[in-house]
Amino acid sequence: MSALLLLPTVDPAEPLLDAASPLWLTLLKSVAVFGITMTLVPLLVLAERRVSAWMQYRVGPNRVGIGGSLQPMADLVKMLFKEELKPDGVPAFLFTAAPAIAAITALSMMAVVPFGGTLEIAGRSIPLVVADVDIGVLAVLALSSIGVYGITLGGWASNSKYSLLGGLRSSAQMISYELTLGIALLSVLVAASGPEFGSFKLSELIARQAESGIWNCFKLPLGFVLFTIAAFAETNRLPFDLPEAEPELVGGYHTEYSSMRFGLFFLGEYAAMVAGSAVIVCLFLGGWHFPYLTKEVAVGWGGALTQVAVFLAKVLAFLFFFIHVRWTLPRLRYDQLMNFGWKWMLPLSLLNLLFAGIGAALGWF
Amino acid sequence: MVPQAWYLLLSALLFGLGIAGFVARRNTLVMFMSVELMLNAANVVFLAAARDHVPARGSACALFVIAVAAAEVAVGLALVLALFRLRKSVQADEVRELRA
Amino acid sequence: MLSETTAFLLFSAIALVGAVNVVTRRNPVHAALWLVGAFLGVAGLFLTLGAGLLGAIQVMVYAGAIMVLFLFVILLLNLDTTPFEGLSIARGASLLATAATVALIAFPFARARELRAAAVPDEPELPATAGNIASILFHQYALPFEVVSLLLLIAMVGAIHLARRPRRDEPT
Repeated sequence: MSALLLLPTVDPAEPLLDAASPLWLTLLKSVAVFGITMTLVPLLVLAERRVSAWMQYRVGPNRVGIGGSLQPMADLVKMLFKEELKPDGVPAFLFTAAPAIAAITALSMMAVVPFGGTLEIAGRSIPLVVADVDIGVLAVLALSSIGVYGITLGGWASNSKYSLLGGLRSSAQMISYELTLGIALLSVLVAASGPEFGSFKLSELIARQAESGIWNCFKLPLGFVLFTIAAFAETNRLPFDLPEAEPELVGGYHTEYSSMRFGLFFLGEYAAMVAGSAVIVCLFLGGWHFPYLTKEVAVGWGGALTQVAVFLAKVLAFLFFFIHVRWTLPRLRYDQLMNFGWKWMLPLSLLNLLFAGIGAALGWF
Repeated sequence: MVPQAWYLLLSALLFGLGIAGFVARRNTLVMFMSVELMLNAANVVFLAAARDHVPARGSACALFVIAVAAAEVAVGLALVLALFRLRKSVQADEVRELRA
Repeated sequence: MLSETTAFLLFSAIALVGAVNVVTRRNPVHAALWLVGAFLGVAGLFLTLGAGLLGAIQVMVYAGAIMVLFLFVILLLNLDTTPFEGLSIARGASLLATAATVALIAFPFARARELRAAAVPDEPELPATAGNIASILFHQYALPFEVVSLLLLIAMVGAIHLARRPRRDEPT
């Protein structure tokens, strides 16, 4: 007991976050990241509609703007001007908060994603990431687990049985696949660790891949596949979009949502796709690294922009894959989803972790 | 630095609220939530007490508490489900078969 | 900038308000959500204590897994607002006993400022980074660590057994 009563030291003026970079720089970077994400979302919506049309041999929306390029703007205007319907007897605060949670958590995930290495300019070295926190990947996991609430609460607060079922399904699905996600992530951390190295920072995980020149998807192919599948489930994309399965549950958790509240759910889903792709690119596809194209420390704007361009190109390619899968695979049945998650994904991810552990111990990586 | 005493007081309050919820509420789910609150208060004490001298060890202990809490919740919720299946209710005071 | 004291006050206010509402809300869904708020507040306190890893784990495990499980069960059972439970004499007495207990705990805590450490370990201070925590967990606390993993396994088996619907042919 005596060990508990230690002598405290009082210094109330000490700042909580020691500012490695000045506030204005962080703000600037936040605005840039937010801007990039919010630009990618409408692009993605457009791409989704055009790609699906292309895959199904139809035309798709091509009226607004050149070749339909302004369709997302038209959608946005439509959503802003629609009436905000609220069903009777719903808790107003939660009903509004749910889509906000979904959107905010997805957008905040981008804060720990490094868009490039370090920019050396004007005697200052600027890491191209908003918050290069020590717990990087854990923050991503934490935010994605908070994101579940948006959907679950949206389902509950709608006061409708279809919404509730959608919300229930999503919470069960996300808990199940988060396990695989976490363990696949763990295998990356284990493979990247050594006697004197080990980090949760996404930037350092990328630097490690850039150093060896071999991306993690080649070192841990099984982990890459598992993580990608789990990411699909976490973002509620086909073939795992059971929370909103139209034939059975109408609109699922967003049945009762309309106007901008629905818009926020929509934004959250696409932002989660962007964030998920960005994290996958960082963890498995080398982030900003591309052989012969990028250097570790980007000197001047040229190097930095190359890195950011490489990174964004990879993210866009992966997003295209997301869309392609959605319009290729049929939806799983609910029991199939659960069986697949618990009887295949989880044991395989454990196997992959074992492989990563043995590999790290024997120095394969 | 915030004095450790503040953290300890806060944790005492949280713990007290946890006990209060546990004894005053009869909904088994809320009772479980109160237990979680108490475990969290314990974690605050671990980390606050360890802050100046053995921070890593305090974190390790808190980690154990979190793991035990997770185990407790899994079993507890399964019990609540079983109870609901038998009684169609989760009120603790409606389970009194063994009362003379 | 956000000073540590402000952060402490902010997070402890969140935790306390959340905790009070957990105990007083009659709708279990609301109680669960307030508890999520309280957990996030406590996670913030962990950050002010320099235990960032624990803060992240707190959010992941408590807010992200445990409370989602709670919500899942509440929604599954479709529980509604419980009737007012009333305060019997016995319950009032137990609340009084609670207050006394808290006072007993809080009193030495409040005086901790004046007390000196009786036992400061002679080993060097290690900051609570993931690496340091891991080396403690896997060396000094290796046995408890294994025991906890066993405990989790047992809990998992037990939970599955308890929550499983009994088959038709087997006695309940």
